[in-house]
Amino acid sequence: MYSRHTLPGKILRHLVLWMAIAFALFPVVWILSASVNAAGTLVGQRLLPKVFSWGHYVELFTNPLHPFGLWLWNSVKVSGIASLFTVFLTALGAYAFSRFRFRGRRAGLLALLLIQMFPQMLAMVAIYLLLLNIGRYIPWLGLNSHAGLILVYLGGALGFNTWLMKGYFDTIPHELEESAMIDGATHFQAFLRIILPLARPILAVIFILTFIGTYSDFLLPSILLTGTRQYTFAVGLRLFIQGQYNTRWGMFAAASILGAFPIAAIFLSLQRFIISGLTRGSVKG
Amino acid sequence: MPAPTCIVMIARLGKIIVLGTTDAIGVWAAVGLFSSRSWAPLTCLLAGLGVLNFVLLSKRAYPLRYILPGLIPFALMVAYPIIYNMSIAFTNYGTGNRLTKDQVIAHFENMYYLPEGSERFAYQAFRDADGNLALLLVSKDGGELYLALDEVLRPVDAGDPRFVYEGEEIVRIDGYHQLSRREVVRLLGKLQGVSLRRGEDTIRLVSLNEFAVYRRSYRYDQERDVLVDLRTGVEYTPVQGTFTSPTGETLQPGFVTWVGFQNFFDIITNPRVTGPFFRVFRWTFLWALLSVVSTFALGLGLAILLNDPYLELRHVYRTILILPYAIPGFISIMVWAGLLNVDFGVVNRILRSLVGVTIPWFHDGFWAKVGLLLVNLWLGYPYMMIVSLGALQSIPQELYEAARVDGANRWQRFWKITLPLLLISVAPLLVGSFAFNFNNFNVIYLLTGGGPPIPGAQTLAGQTDILISYTYKLAFGGAGAQYGFASAISLIIFLIIGTISALNFRFTRRLEQMSGGL
Repeated sequence: MYSRHTLPGKILRHLVLWMAIAFALFPVVWILSASVNAAGTLVGQRLLPKVFSWGHYVELFTNPLHPFGLWLWNSVKVSGIASLFTVFLTALGAYAFSRFRFRGRRAGLLALLLIQMFPQMLAMVAIYLLLLNIGRYIPWLGLNSHAGLILVYLGGALGFNTWLMKGYFDTIPHELEESAMIDGATHFQAFLRIILPLARPILAVIFILTFIGTYSDFLLPSILLTGTRQYTFAVGLRLFIQGQYNTRWGMFAAASILGAFPIAAIFLSLQRFIISGLTRGSVKG
Repeated sequence: MPAPTCIVMIARLGKIIVLGTTDAIGVWAAVGLFSSRSWAPLTCLLAGLGVLNFVLLSKRAYPLRYILPGLIPFALMVAYPIIYNMSIAFTNYGTGNRLTKDQVIAHFENMYYLPEGSERFAYQAFRDADGNLALLLVSKDGGELYLALDEVLRPVDAGDPRFVYEGEEIVRIDGYHQLSRREVVRLLGKLQGVSLRRGEDTIRLVSLNEFAVYRRSYRYDQERDVLVDLRTGVEYTPVQGTFTSPTGETLQPGFVTWVGFQNFFDIITNPRVTGPFFRVFRWTFLWALLSVVSTFALGLGLAILLNDPYLELRHVYRTILILPYAIPGFISIMVWAGLLNVDFGVVNRILRSLVGVTIPWFHDGFWAKVGLLLVNLWLGYPYMMIVSLGALQSIPQELYEAARVDGANRWQRFWKITLPLLLISVAPLLVGSFAFNFNNFNVIYLLTGGGPPIPGAQTLAGQTDILISYTYKLAFGGAGAQYGFASAISLIIFLIIGTISALNFRFTRRLEQMSGGL
């Protein structure tokens, strides 16, 4: 398909790619510059700040009106716990689908794939009312609770993840568990001691995918969390900026970078694994 | 099977204890649900308990024990909400209709009015050491004396042995001592809630100094299912969750009730709803389609450039171009919203200095849509690029060699070889991307919030709202919570997505068969 380039062809190709890069980096560059610009307004923004300052970053953690540190921690906590449980629940389910032959196995696997097509947020009204009702009897699991939000996320634990993990388990030879079971281990012990350690790479991929997915969710926490101290980073950042771009631009920029950096770093350093997982199934926003 | 070891025994014992406890809690909750007549949750609870016991006790269900832990949150937070959501879609649940019928009837039966010329009473309040109140009432009509130690007003004699007089005044009654005027004022809130019975009469506080005979405003006739206004005799019958008089007057609040397909009829026939709904509906499809086409075009174009083995620095380019994909979407969207700010945003400032125009990104419907597509292009092209890069590598090079021998030019090779072969592997992902953008709440809500508003229309829907953001606004948008209507719309989205997915499955299979022939 390809052949050696002539000089104009070469220049043209690089020009196109440089334009694409300019597009890709456009918001990144501007937000980086805004975050260290002492003038914290949209009007005062320029590509190279006149006065350089870390002030916005400092204010993020010192201004008690907008507890960005707390919001970030809430996000990490909710996403971390939800991902950890998701990995475990998925591993259990995938193990059954990979190792046992039982009635309804095929249908179950297909059903998981089908249901994955319907995003959970479509049932947002019902989820909201359900948590409202749960909260009447079990307040720590109801509206405005992190446990409730995590439980909602766990609803989506099975699904495409199970397929991804089942595929990996299928490549682990049965003999390993069989010999362990001859030595007296139960199925569950074999799963815990032999399969899980061997499946570490796929466990990590699913953990990271789930983490990024829940971290980036806006809709569900914005409905389910009502107190500002319970907010996740996504909801908090939105509350902070709500239409006030002009005056809060600098601090918003700093917060955006702090919120985006960990995810971007994980993503870029592990992109090969993550992309292989992502492109086989769902689409990230 | 080997002899059970000690650990296995402990594990089994643990299982029995945990299961027993769960069952006990479940049965306790079931009794509560039974007495509150919540049939739907009760059925779910019992079915859940049944499944749990079966799975943990039956040998045949052993594999299910591994699936069950993931299945429980799934059933609770995905399956049940979907079914629940469908049932809400056929009700009028929302602001003004939140309570059950029984609660609403109780509310109306608890309302009283003061008839003209009603009997009035002067009163004295007493309190005992435990804080219980006693009230002594003197009728202003006939001077009869009444005492209320509980909710019942009983006639008493002025010479009752329990009364302790100080001059003309009764200061203590059998452990209760009289309250000063200041104490009475402090207790006013509590006194206002007091409702005393004397035969058919209800006696309540009417002013600071007086009690009076009140009458009930409404009576519910269970047999005929009507609420009777006892003052006027007008009968209110329940119509779609609201008690309504023959002349069309309604009593608020209403109650939650089944309204059949009313919400769906509203979408088609109610002129206040139909216009905005179909506007949103059209834009949702257009938005999803344009998003897929634009991101795929850019992604594929870049992939073809980057797939070129003669291109220098291609891996560096690739890593940089993936960057938008690595940043959490909600953050980039909000950043873009700032950059596109009409008055002070960087984009407009650059455009002003270069070509002297100011684009009304968020003020004009057309430009808001352009802005959305632009931002979504930024968000979405890396995915398409990655996908296309993978798919390009699976196209056999011999085909290109053969085409070149046959004299096909670059353009022909792209349209006749690259694109058709690429589509075979990528088409399902494109359909997936369509479905994703169809419900791409974050971009719409965080960038334009659905705005700008539709000029002259009384609706929550803005010019760039898609179905999912419209649903969100209807249910949680502040101007009243229309849960029933919102659920009806999400049910429609369900059907659309279901159809698309079903077609996708069939389509994919056909594509695979086609590619199998190669």
